[in-house]
Amino acid sequence: MKSGDVEDVEIRLLLEGVQEIYGYDFRDYADASIKRRLTHWLAESEFDTFSQAQSRLLRERSVFESLLRGITVNVTEMFRDPAFFRAVREQVVPFLKTYPFVKIWHAGCATGEEAYSMAILLNEEGMAGRYRMYATDINEAVLQKAAEGVMPITEMQRFTRNYQKSGGSVSFADYYTARYDRAILSAALKKDIVFAPHNLAVDGEFGEMNMVLCRNVMIYFKPPLKERCLQLFDSSLLAGGFLCLGLKESLEKKQIGARYEELAAPLRIYRKHYG
Amino acid sequence: MASTFQAVVIGVSTGGLQALQKLLGQLPADFPLPILIVQHVRPDAGSSLAKLLDERCALRVKEADEQDEILPGTVYIAPPNYHLLVERAGFLSLSADPYVSFARPSIDVLFESAAEVFGPDLIGVVLTGANFDGSRGLQAIKQQGGTAIVQDPADAEARQMPQAAIAATAATGVDYVVALDGMAALLQKLAPRRATLPHITRGRNA
Ligand SMILES: C[S@@+](CC[C@H](N)C(=O)[O-])C[C@H]1O[C@@H](n2cnc3c(N)ncnc32)[C@H](O)[C@@H]1O
Repeated sequence: MKSGDVEDVEIRLLLEGVQEIYGYDFRDYADASIKRRLTHWLAESEFDTFSQAQSRLLRERSVFESLLRGITVNVTEMFRDPAFFRAVREQVVPFLKTYPFVKIWHAGCATGEEAYSMAILLNEEGMAGRYRMYATDINEAVLQKAAEGVMPITEMQRFTRNYQKSGGSVSFADYYTARYDRAILSAALKKDIVFAPHNLAVDGEFGEMNMVLCRNVMIYFKPPLKERCLQLFDSSLLAGGFLCLGLKESLEKKQIGARYEELAAPLRIYRKHYG
Repeated sequence: MASTFQAVVIGVSTGGLQALQKLLGQLPADFPLPILIVQHVRPDAGSSLAKLLDERCALRVKEADEQDEILPGTVYIAPPNYHLLVERAGFLSLSADPYVSFARPSIDVLFESAAEVFGPDLIGVVLTGANFDGSRGLQAIKQQGGTAIVQDPADAEARQMPQAAIAATAATGVDYVVALDGMAALLQKLAPRRATLPHITRGRNA
């Protein structure tokens, strides 16, 4: 047996243990990425092998939490994929405006940049006070950061560029206050966003949504878990609601695909049929 | 002995478009192995590289989509702003993880994940580039018993990447250092006669 094969067995056992003890299920995550992250976590840890880590991992919550942080990578940015946000502004918002009030779910929101971008966009389009967003993630540490709405000031140049490319036309600096090396987002952006823990692998639906965004989260899942998530989104969405995926994800060959129509072709915005 | 190679991975950066056009352009439509490529591009580069290469090569070239099955005689290009990885089940996956070796897509990420899956049945190729991505990946390929090919630095538009790859694999030694012109012929010599579907260990999600 190659040592690599032993490691595969160890990883399987480790994920099973984590599932049984803590209820976090990573067994249906795509092998290649999760192995990369676990190996990285191990290299930074005090343990030499996964078997060695196992014993303390199952007994000490703090060890598990460090593993959780290692497994869930939370890279995100404001107005990520500007063309997508431009299409939301131009092609989705006109539909949303026909409702007196809309509910939006950001699944896998990481540190909240995507939800804050949507809030900026909706406020600019005259929908302030007419929406509530639910922004959820498996990782509670990032949710806490998300709720604070504080970002490194060094990121603001990039976010401003994205914002402008997405069709934003006011001064982006109006949306935050600079304090030393940090940018504090304005309270007007935060007040209609609820940040809450939710695990797509085990938790249930969020009812009556007009829009669900789940971008760059399911790319880490194996096909059965992807299907589970899509069913969840489908049962959360109202007819005529919008489902937004990452630029490299699609509903092609997915079970719920037949009930959706693609709105802005390469940008992965889908609309649920009526009836 | 019959060739047991199952895949080719290629990493390239500065000067990549010309290099890939030349290399892929010299391979016939029935080249029997899948080819997975990371070319460094800007995050907002769009998907034109795959289209362009597809028009100019006999092989089918496409931008990799998540969950693409790895098929022989097909060239998969990593999409801008995503890492490209090989899954055990014979499929591709993408990731939005942080930059590795200052790049996303990163050559190291593709090479390391491919080495895990294909072991000794993998050919890794490092072409022109002005950075060090690909060195660690090529090392991983050698450690798993795979074959390493590096473009002759003297022949490369940017020599750093090939040079670094040669230095990094010094312990085991690179198998071939060749000019771009000889690369297609070498790959054809190494590849099996006929396409065999990669007999990858089927994982749980196969
Ligand atoms: C790459 S980030 C994507 C952030 C944002 N949606 C974007 O596109 O910029 C992926 C996020 O998915 C979260 N995640 C991973 N597994 C999850 C699960 N089972 N349930 C909910 N969120 C999960 C991670 O914690 C991480 O914050």
